Amino acid sequence: MILIGIFVYGFIGETIWTSMTDWGGTGALALEPQKNFVGLENYVELFTGFLGGNFRQDLVNAVYYSVMLLVGAIGLGMFIAILLDQKPKGEDVFRTIFLYPMSLSFIVTGTIWRWLLAPQGGVNVLPTYLGMKPLTFEWLSSQSAILVFNWQDILRIMVYIASFVLIMVGVFVLRKDVNRAMKRWLVPGIVLGVAVWLFGDVLPDALFMEEDHGFNMATLGIIMATVWQYAGYTMALYLAGFNGISQDLRDAAMLDGASQVGYYRFVAIPMLKPITISAVIILSHISLKMFDLVFAMTGPDNAETGHPALNMYLTTFRGNEFSKGAAIAIVLFLIAAMFIVPYLIGQYRQRGRR
Amino acid sequence: MKMSFAKILVVLVAALVLAAPQSVQAADLKGDLEIFSWWAGDEGPALAALVEIYKKQNPGVNVINATVTGGSGVNAKAVLKTRMLGGEPPDSFQVHAGQELIGTWVKSDRMEDLTPLFKEMGWMEVFPEGLIKLIGTDKGIWSVPVNIHRSNVMWYVPANLQKWGVNVPQNWDEFFVAADKLKAEGVVPLALAQNWTANHLWESVALASMGGDKWDALWSGKLAFDSPEVVKAWELFGKVLSYTNTDASSLSWQQATDMVINGKAAFNIMGDWAAGYMTVTKKLVPGEGYGWAASPGTAGQFMFLADSFCLPKGVKHRDNAIAWLKVLGSKEGSDTFNPIKGSISARIDSDLSKYNAYLQSAASDFGKDHVVGSLAHGVAANETFMGGFASVMEMFLKSKNPTAAAKACAQLAKKAGI
Repeated sequence: MILIGIFVYGFIGETIWTSMTDWGGTGALALEPQKNFVGLENYVELFTGFLGGNFRQDLVNAVYYSVMLLVGAIGLGMFIAILLDQKPKGEDVFRTIFLYPMSLSFIVTGTIWRWLLAPQGGVNVLPTYLGMKPLTFEWLSSQSAILVFNWQDILRIMVYIASFVLIMVGVFVLRKDVNRAMKRWLVPGIVLGVAVWLFGDVLPDALFMEEDHGFNMATLGIIMATVWQYAGYTMALYLAGFNGISQDLRDAAMLDGASQVGYYRFVAIPMLKPITISAVIILSHISLKMFDLVFAMTGPDNAETGHPALNMYLTTFRGNEFSKGAAIAIVLFLIAAMFIVPYLIGQYRQRGRR
Repeated sequence: MKMSFAKILVVLVAALVLAAPQSVQAADLKGDLEIFSWWAGDEGPALAALVEIYKKQNPGVNVINATVTGGSGVNAKAVLKTRMLGGEPPDSFQVHAGQELIGTWVKSDRMEDLTPLFKEMGWMEVFPEGLIKLIGTDKGIWSVPVNIHRSNVMWYVPANLQKWGVNVPQNWDEFFVAADKLKAEGVVPLALAQNWTANHLWESVALASMGGDKWDALWSGKLAFDSPEVVKAWELFGKVLSYTNTDASSLSWQQATDMVINGKAAFNIMGDWAAGYMTVTKKLVPGEGYGWAASPGTAGQFMFLADSFCLPKGVKHRDNAIAWLKVLGSKEGSDTFNPIKGSISARIDSDLSKYNAYLQSAASDFGKDHVVGSLAHGVAANETFMGGFASVMEMFLKSKNPTAAAKACAQLAKKAGI
């Protein structure tokens, strides 16, 4: 307990402290570097400062990347698990094949996929074996982006998202308790949304100039590699879950006239909600920490595929901006906490109810 | 007859006496020597040749080659910092001469003063004065330079240019004319690789756009980074970028050079380690297999960088490290290392007959050109600026906004104390 206290929470505290100092610049590497307390200046700089542009891009990349990875890995993993749950011939062999990528380190995965997705090789030359023209899609070096938004509007966008979440929760609660849903969620949500829509101009711009960020097509290659690596893992999770559902239940569902699709849709997958939640948590924090794969596939200083963890490393150890690097680390830590803390609270509540 | 015989004897004895302490001293050295660098792959053999000389002189020392790969030392520098902060310095590490050494390590008071060594070995006379200024401050001299590289060189294959009917452009306007012609033929006019090579290209373009005096003024803080001259340099750079390959970010510099060799691209701007790569690895004859020129608009300017090795404070095998530095600074070491590495010697008395045609021409240019420091390779600015500049470049490659880039650089310069 004491060790955890020092080596986990102590160091988190130390990093928070460092992120509020001005440790950096010349002389940063001295045996006794000068550190002065500057409060939240580093954070303000990261989110609204002129030089934080690539951090913001990396953050946007990370968000898109996490969402795509979750959808991809869980969707594909579940799909394979359902196929294998049908007990096809050679199930063991397939299971091994699909789980195998898990055993590789990211740096190996990254190197393999870097070759596969090289502009003039790998996947792109496949059609030539059939006598067709090679593909020209630039998996890792494309510079086009979709779903672009302007960082100036970030406050407005945040409020819109908040109002959207409130309304969604409201709709969800509506079935159980109409009164509470209206009072607590729906009305505030709608009011918030309308208010921003009408008076959004009052909110200050985050930056003094336009700065566009979006989902870069070049991250597709990285997402593919990660999905490849983790689909097998979620498959294993789901397969274990499916096997845990008793045969009686399945027979009962079939007897009641459920089709195969119906069985999974209404019986099996809802029963595996805890597995889905843990998969989401594990994958989301992996995607936030992603470093080696991006480094191996597209290298440092690549705005199209940049990632906050990589940015932190470069800021800290190349630019000697230790305090700024610490601030990036804390931002990542807080985002990861956003995923994990609700889960932990949910777990404790369940245990309390029992 | 007798007299002369006696004289010869005296000379022989004197020579023996002089040689003896050195060999005794050399044989005394034991233990390890850890050399930290980013020279691997194509640059590895040059380092190996140096280590071989060292081993011959000091057979008792076990040399540990702690190489961390990555172009321009991107990865190595990060590993090095972790080790230095952790109080575990390598016995000697590679560092670019200039602000990377002074602004980072000397300012932090982590280096040992090598002035006594320079005096003992007589190096004050054999290294050019300008270079000693770059590796020294008023408090001492901080590293031993092993080579001089030129950064503003444009490479091409003469036979290919003839085939496409293109001349070597003297300035960027001529380049754009040639480039349109090349594009029409389906050839990439200028091969580019991952992002640090964009920094590399930027400094050549900016030098051409501003001229050597303004370049110097920029780094001494006399010319603002958001002044019209610099914005113009960014604009030109943006235009040059539009003639490069779109898959740049996924290539290494060697792959970009390969594009020129195998005729996919016409030109490539890279430091003269590319000459080493093409001569040693690709077995091309300089002047026939590949040709070179100063990058457009920079004739008469020699943008240089120098690799050097230093002695951190508190190393475990200090004597072994000093013996290593002695090898590096010696004429034998320098003239063994540089022809393989593809660079010229930092010493003014080097034996030019050992160098190939390209290096001889570089050495003669170094003697007469206006010498300016490279940004991408740590001479012009300290690491705070360089680290930030990489991010600015990252955003520029994406947004192509010259004004924003210039303004960001101005903020960065303020922070880095330029």
